[in-house]
Amino acid sequence: MKLPPFEYAAPATLKEAVALLASHGGEAKPLAGGQSLMPMMAFRIAQPSLLVDLRKLPDLKSIAIDKDGVRLGAMVRWRDIQDDKRLAQAHPLLQAAIAHVAHYQIRNRGTVGGSVCHADPAAEMPGIALTCDAEMTVMGKGGQRVIKAADFFLGALTTALQPDEILIEVKLPAWPAGRRFGFQEFARRRGDFAMAGIAVFYDPDAGGTASNAHVGVIGVGEKQRRLGKAEAAINGSTLDEAAIAKASAAASAEVEPQDDIHASAAYRRALTGTLLERALKSAAG
Amino acid sequence: MKNTFIGAPMERREDLRFLRGKGTYVDDLAPEGLLYAVILRSSVAHGRIRSIDASAALKIEGVHSVITARDMPDGPPIIPMRLQPLPEFKPFEQPVIAHDKVRYVGEPLAVVLASSVAIGEDTLEHIAVEIDDLPAFSEWQVAAQNKSLLFEQAGTNRSLTFYSRKGDADAAFAKAPYARKEKLNTGRHYGLTMEPRGVMAEWDAGKGRLTISGAAKVPFFNRRILAKQIGLPESAIEMIENDVGGGYGARGEFYPEDFLIPFAARHVNRPVKWIEDRRENLMAMNHARETEAHIEIACERDGTIIGLRGDVHTDMGAYMRTNGAVGARNVVQFMGGPYRVPHVKLDSHLWMSNKTPVGTYRGPGRFESSFYIERLLDMVAGDLGIDRIEMRRRNLVTAAEQPYPIASVQPTDAHDQYDSGEYSEAMNRALKEFNWAEKSKFAGKLIDGKYHGLGIACFVEGGAAGPKESARLEVNGDGTITVFMGSSAVGQGVETVFAQIAADALEIPMDRIRHVYHGSTTTVSDGYGAYHSRSIVMGGSALLDATEKFQAAIREAGAKKLGCRPDEVKIGEDTVSGGGKSFPLAELAGLTAEGAFLNKKHTYSYGTHIAHVTVDAKLGQVQILDYVVVQDVGRAINPLTLRGQIIGSLVQGLGGAMLEHLQYDEQGQFLTGSLADYLLPTATDFPNLRCFVTDDYPSPINPLGAKGAGEGGIVAAGGVMANAVANALSSFGAQPRRLPLSPSYIWELVQAGSRQAAE
Ligand SMILES: Cc1cc2nc3c(=O)[nH]c(=O)nc-3n(C[C@H](O)[C@H](O)[C@H](O)COP(=O)(O)OP(=O)(O)OC[C@H]3O[C@@H](n4cnc5c(N)ncnc54)[C@H](O)[C@@H]3O)c2cc1C
Repeated sequence: MKLPPFEYAAPATLKEAVALLASHGGEAKPLAGGQSLMPMMAFRIAQPSLLVDLRKLPDLKSIAIDKDGVRLGAMVRWRDIQDDKRLAQAHPLLQAAIAHVAHYQIRNRGTVGGSVCHADPAAEMPGIALTCDAEMTVMGKGGQRVIKAADFFLGALTTALQPDEILIEVKLPAWPAGRRFGFQEFARRRGDFAMAGIAVFYDPDAGGTASNAHVGVIGVGEKQRRLGKAEAAINGSTLDEAAIAKASAAASAEVEPQDDIHASAAYRRALTGTLLERALKSAAG
Repeated sequence: MKNTFIGAPMERREDLRFLRGKGTYVDDLAPEGLLYAVILRSSVAHGRIRSIDASAALKIEGVHSVITARDMPDGPPIIPMRLQPLPEFKPFEQPVIAHDKVRYVGEPLAVVLASSVAIGEDTLEHIAVEIDDLPAFSEWQVAAQNKSLLFEQAGTNRSLTFYSRKGDADAAFAKAPYARKEKLNTGRHYGLTMEPRGVMAEWDAGKGRLTISGAAKVPFFNRRILAKQIGLPESAIEMIENDVGGGYGARGEFYPEDFLIPFAARHVNRPVKWIEDRRENLMAMNHARETEAHIEIACERDGTIIGLRGDVHTDMGAYMRTNGAVGARNVVQFMGGPYRVPHVKLDSHLWMSNKTPVGTYRGPGRFESSFYIERLLDMVAGDLGIDRIEMRRRNLVTAAEQPYPIASVQPTDAHDQYDSGEYSEAMNRALKEFNWAEKSKFAGKLIDGKYHGLGIACFVEGGAAGPKESARLEVNGDGTITVFMGSSAVGQGVETVFAQIAADALEIPMDRIRHVYHGSTTTVSDGYGAYHSRSIVMGGSALLDATEKFQAAIREAGAKKLGCRPDEVKIGEDTVSGGGKSFPLAELAGLTAEGAFLNKKHTYSYGTHIAHVTVDAKLGQVQILDYVVVQDVGRAINPLTLRGQIIGSLVQGLGGAMLEHLQYDEQGQFLTGSLADYLLPTATDFPNLRCFVTDDYPSPINPLGAKGAGEGGIVAAGGVMANAVANALSSFGAQPRRLPLSPSYIWELVQAGSRQAAE
């Protein structure tokens, strides 16, 4: 489980980094926290010819919060998100989700950009990005572009990123004060990738009627996804028992799970509904 | 001075060395000119090898050579069985490297010797291997059809059937007022060691000597095998035991690498080292435990057990390895556990499959059989309306029945009997420590969204395999004493425990025992190793014999120097005196005496596990609120290290009960090749574990009264957890019938129960 041979560079500017990536004909890869890329190389699932370490790039490490929302630099680590007290107001769903990522040591290394670009179907950050309509700012040879989360995640470990592109920032739209949310996931051991996870939020009016429901699921099926039918069941309801039951049944019906070594498809389908039910109850409570 | 180190909770002497980073593991060794070995393993589960071409690999810079079966002029040697070496197993034994066929994913095909491990690994993809696929299978049911054969010349995929017999089961079943039949399964586990295996071999061409580091468990036996295979006298091979990170039955058996690395070193006349990585470890170290039981129990209406009968099928993997038959034998020999079972008729079938071969793992066959019998007892108690505790009390073996004979097993002609103990006393203590009377109020109740359940299981643990163990003491130049042991250290803290025993016997402070050396073939003339919870009983008893002989030798030598009779000589802490004179013990530097202990009988420690769990029926999640183990060990030499053994083995048992399962697809492809797939317990999984040690019933078969005690924590864990889950989910009629109790499986049980209730 030693790494295959590769070249290594730690450029000081984004421009250089992009140029290096472009120079290796698609065989170069950015290196962020290394918590996914290094194991893949050790298993020789990935054999990049060049690693472009992003650690020296300025301006990728900050969490900026303003009226438009939260901007997470690509090199923001899980630990930074957990420690940032402002996020309790500015994006409580993000903090709730990131608490479930991996283990202490890995949270000190793993980054927002690495997770989003790695695009594991069970990872929390891509799930939050998708659920919250995030926008990804990326930089390539041709300059910058912004990709909507819905267009960014194409499948398991597949994104819309070009080989010469570097993710710079993930922007989560502003979080209104009255918004209700819940995050629930279940893994076989603490810190494992979830067998299923649910992120949900909605905006209730004065009478408690929900609108703008967003439901995202991770760990079930080929990629992280929104659950439109569950969202429809929430919108316009007051989240009474019946509405919650309807939404959770819709979620179970909507997912397309498969059997794997950890759980049957039927279990994952039921789990999706259970987690949404619990997330909605905690959102209301 | 009268010592009482035995029985005292002494801290482990070896820990200081480890905590300071001063331990020496085989991977810490790097002699001049070292080459690193990397093994090319088959990615095909079953196939015929057409060619292996390493010519491209040999051109890579840093690659010294590539060894295949063709480098062995007489063909690759076969690894013989160490335990139960029956002629029936011969056709199924493993060659040290694949030559005509491959039979499992992970089987060695070639050994690359390179100047670094990284270069060695880079080279693997440049070795061209052509293999014609043969139909592969990974289930005993398919093996039993004998359509595709692993060993064509054997004509069958079944290597053996063990027959476990006692009384007349068929006659007893015919008359029995009640019987119940069940199909039950255990998962496939392995004794995962924190430090993977490693071997380093150095060949001294001038002297014709091989030195092998990384030996463990059974170095003397392994030397005998290697000497024969490699064509050297035993005396030309030295096996050195280094510090090791865990044994669990799996490390130290003779594996293919134990030949390949010494062979390579001699072949290229350079030191060669191989360190297993974790992915290899998962597919190369012995697997264990995967059994399916079709088993029937007969009882009187009051719950008294009449008999057990049926069949157990064990998935042996692709080859019969050194100790591979032990689990399959034990599972039917010990199916009765600590209970009185007058009639037994159990057949254990050993099926070959395209998976990693099987060996022993802590509590071999006992973990499996405990799960079976404990599940049956709870089901029977439910059927007959008997309290679960009463059910057990009625059937536990009593002190008056000891030594209690259990079923005998053919064709190995195994006859065994339990040695001592009133088994219900351990259960009573466990009930009290757990506060069963109070907690049983929670049984089956739904509280805050979770169902509470209690489970109980009783067990015996066998220990102290013979035939023999040796020990030697020697006076050092400074008057301190060194102990040399034939048995091995695999992390059990034997250095501490042997020092306690020796210091007590010699009536000297423990720090006068300077070193405890163990395992290496250089230490004593012969040794039998560390398995079957035998080190303390066998080694400790040998040590007692050695101290007697050592004292006699000092008296003899002292009498000469002092001019008195040997019986007048007094041995002090660091002086020898008699006839009014004395001299420092240091003057006898080099004086040595060796002792031995011979024994054919086994010890049986015993005890009870009780658990209180909650089950989230929708997630299928099980959490442990409290868990109590009581184990009677005959005589506790060191309660502190013993506690570590019990809690450690218990966590392993809970891993097997809840998490661990080595899985393959139907074509024999390995699906659990990393620790993200093979789930081990982590620090947060099982926090609330308690254990209590008693020594109320010393073993009558050794001078210490001690019993093997390294496996008791693991044995009952599967049964107790399944029983607790069944109890929690009793309103659904859930009866777990297989392990692990994964969330998905528990959820299925709840669904089935809910569906049935609806119909
Ligand atoms: C034991 C373990 C458990 C884990 N459990 C979880 C879990 O429960 N949930 C979870 O979400 N994650 C989990 N992870 C993954 C962890 O969070 C990773 O750190 C994360 O997925 C990747 O982030 P990284 O910074 O380490 O990225 P790297 O490993 O450095 O990179 C990952 C991929 O992204 C690319 N990349 C990185 N940064 C950029 C960028 N800015 N632009 C373009 N491409 C980029 C790399 O080229 C690579 O392909 C676990 C990891 C381990 C080892």
